[in-house]
Amino acid sequence: MRFTYKAPMLALSTAAMLTTGVSAQELTGDLKIFLDTSNPAPRATMESAIAKFGEMNPDLNIETTIIDREAYKTQIRNFLTANSPDVANWYAANRMKPYVEAGLFEDVSDLWAEPEIAENLASTKGAMTIDGKQWGVPYTYYQWGIYYRKDIFDELGLSEPANWEEEKANCAKIVESGRACYAIGSKFLWTAGGWFDYLNLRTNGFDFHMQLANGEISWEDERVRETFAKWRELIDMGGFLENHQSYSWQEALPFMVQGDAASYLIGNFAVAPLREAGLTDDQLDFYQFPVINPDVELAEDAPTDTFHIPSGASNKDNARAFLRYMVSPEVQTTINAGDALGQLPVNAKSSVDDDKFLNEGFEMLSSNSPGGVAQFFDRDFPAEMAKVAMEGLQEFMVRPDNLDAILARLEKARGRIYK
Amino acid sequence: MTTTAVPPTSPDQPRRSWYKRNEIGVTPWLFLIPAILFFLVYVIFPIIQSFNISAYQWDGLGEKEYVGLSNYQELWDDPAFYTSLKNNLIWLVLYLLAIPAGLFIALFLNQTVTGIRIYKSLFFFPFVISQVVVGLVFTWFYDPTFGLLNSILGVVGLGPVNVLGDPTYVTYGIIAAGLWPQTAYCMILYLTGLNAVDPEQVEAARLDGAKGWKMLWYVIVPQLKPATFIAFVVTIVGALRSFDLISIMTNGGPFGESRVLSFYMFEVALSEYGFRMGYGAAIAVVLFLIMLCFIAYFLYSMYKEERGH
Repeated sequence: MRFTYKAPMLALSTAAMLTTGVSAQELTGDLKIFLDTSNPAPRATMESAIAKFGEMNPDLNIETTIIDREAYKTQIRNFLTANSPDVANWYAANRMKPYVEAGLFEDVSDLWAEPEIAENLASTKGAMTIDGKQWGVPYTYYQWGIYYRKDIFDELGLSEPANWEEEKANCAKIVESGRACYAIGSKFLWTAGGWFDYLNLRTNGFDFHMQLANGEISWEDERVRETFAKWRELIDMGGFLENHQSYSWQEALPFMVQGDAASYLIGNFAVAPLREAGLTDDQLDFYQFPVINPDVELAEDAPTDTFHIPSGASNKDNARAFLRYMVSPEVQTTINAGDALGQLPVNAKSSVDDDKFLNEGFEMLSSNSPGGVAQFFDRDFPAEMAKVAMEGLQEFMVRPDNLDAILARLEKARGRIYK
Repeated sequence: MTTTAVPPTSPDQPRRSWYKRNEIGVTPWLFLIPAILFFLVYVIFPIIQSFNISAYQWDGLGEKEYVGLSNYQELWDDPAFYTSLKNNLIWLVLYLLAIPAGLFIALFLNQTVTGIRIYKSLFFFPFVISQVVVGLVFTWFYDPTFGLLNSILGVVGLGPVNVLGDPTYVTYGIIAAGLWPQTAYCMILYLTGLNAVDPEQVEAARLDGAKGWKMLWYVIVPQLKPATFIAFVVTIVGALRSFDLISIMTNGGPFGESRVLSFYMFEVALSEYGFRMGYGAAIAVVLFLIMLCFIAYFLYSMYKEERGH
């Protein structure tokens, strides 16, 4: 096993050396990198990618600090203002806005002007752009969609639904068999945001969704209510896992594994734990969120993770070289492979690992998402709005009758937050 | 010649240093300086700073913008603030149950039976466990699907109840979890207190025919007054710093119904989505004023105590 595994890796790393070696001379000095990739697989992936960058630049002194993923989210403010690293990772779109507006991220539009990046990363440029400038580069993204238990669908004689009526008919049969249609754990709120994203994208379309995210549309708008009405149809059927407000997304996984829930609207990161829990690729399958309103184009959620150069960094040239290296086709292929991050590469020239779910996701995002690609609820909406709104979404899922009060509250928050 | 017999007093003696001359007055301050310094830097200064920040709108990164009292104005009609405030009051009142509960367990354990030390330490165990672990244990206990609580309720034909997922029960559920270690703490305070109860007084009361509740209320409890005072202080403080249990058990949910002021402050100012330092500081100021009432009361009763002696 080991030898067959090593050979392609070696080939890849030499290929990476060749391509990047052409454009840049060897780097000297220091490079300080802060990462939040604290889970075992991402950590190993990043460490080996950085180690290869170090081999290519033997005179460069690289110092990598990996911080716990959750702690990183609060620490980033401190280290960006006080003791900046040269490279830090973060998330795209509105999630980076507070730091961009505070002048803490370096403008890297120059990198995006280079043909290598401009041509191959074009699809993610929008998510990295604020005020017409680019503030970082992406390094990975992943699809969202409905992961379902194929064996349960077969047992009940169901097939992948293509539209809302079929989705509801499927759900009715699943509920009848004594299961929940959808596993969800909304204790940490954001999973409910995923449901809202999809229902709203399918009901009102991408442009409407983004206008709502930008505060241009009232939460009490009739069209928003329609999204909630669609949601309510599933809630009233008993489609969602009971007591979801008490579980995290991980704690809701066992329901799916044990067959008490038939499907799960979640990101591709859920595949690894589901496989580890014993589900085989024959039991687990994926389908795109079905059409609700045939008049709007399909749009998807595909959160993008990013690298940035803090404006207080002291080795910005080295940092730029590192960013170039991380988005190069070969490195993108390696770090996003199924045995590494298990996600999708951002560079159009790199190849997607031969994994059932990655293939389906890539196919969906590249050819079946004409409406656009959204980041995710808490990355598209400003942080404060996201927090208040996701709390409202959770409340709606538990107490759908409170909708009017919830929308009034969100509308009031909108008035305060977008000035 | 006679003049030589009287030696000139002061000039001959070596002149004492300034410190030596003022030793009695200065030394206590010297000893106090480190404490005062730290108290100023870590307590007084942050309090003043909180008051100051609460008058600004600030995301913690960019420029501060002076907004006067508008943060407080917003607090005034923020339903989430009232939920937190109400929960804080529920915490303060119900947490005090730990005091009588601790007293009764202490009375129960205050006897000489073989192995009593083991029982005492068993009862004291919950306090030794970290609050985070207590929170986790109770989360599992309350789990709506697999939890022990619902299994027990199922046997008697009740339930299922999702304690931590229902806005009506959630705060009480967390307080129950908090009472578990807090009762143990009060118990240990009373156990030491009971050691100091004067057996002669008990004997005398018994001769006068006191027993049962009367004995407890008029003879034992008054002698336990110092222990009660400490138990009261630590319980109030415990109720006000209930942050960890809430964070572990519900993360403030469902939909923010189990938040208390300290948690709300953390959420708006410091958490993942929180960028409102000014608003957070305003909540902190309100919390400080509430605490100030208790602190003033404690200081006053201690002052009274000292004057009495």
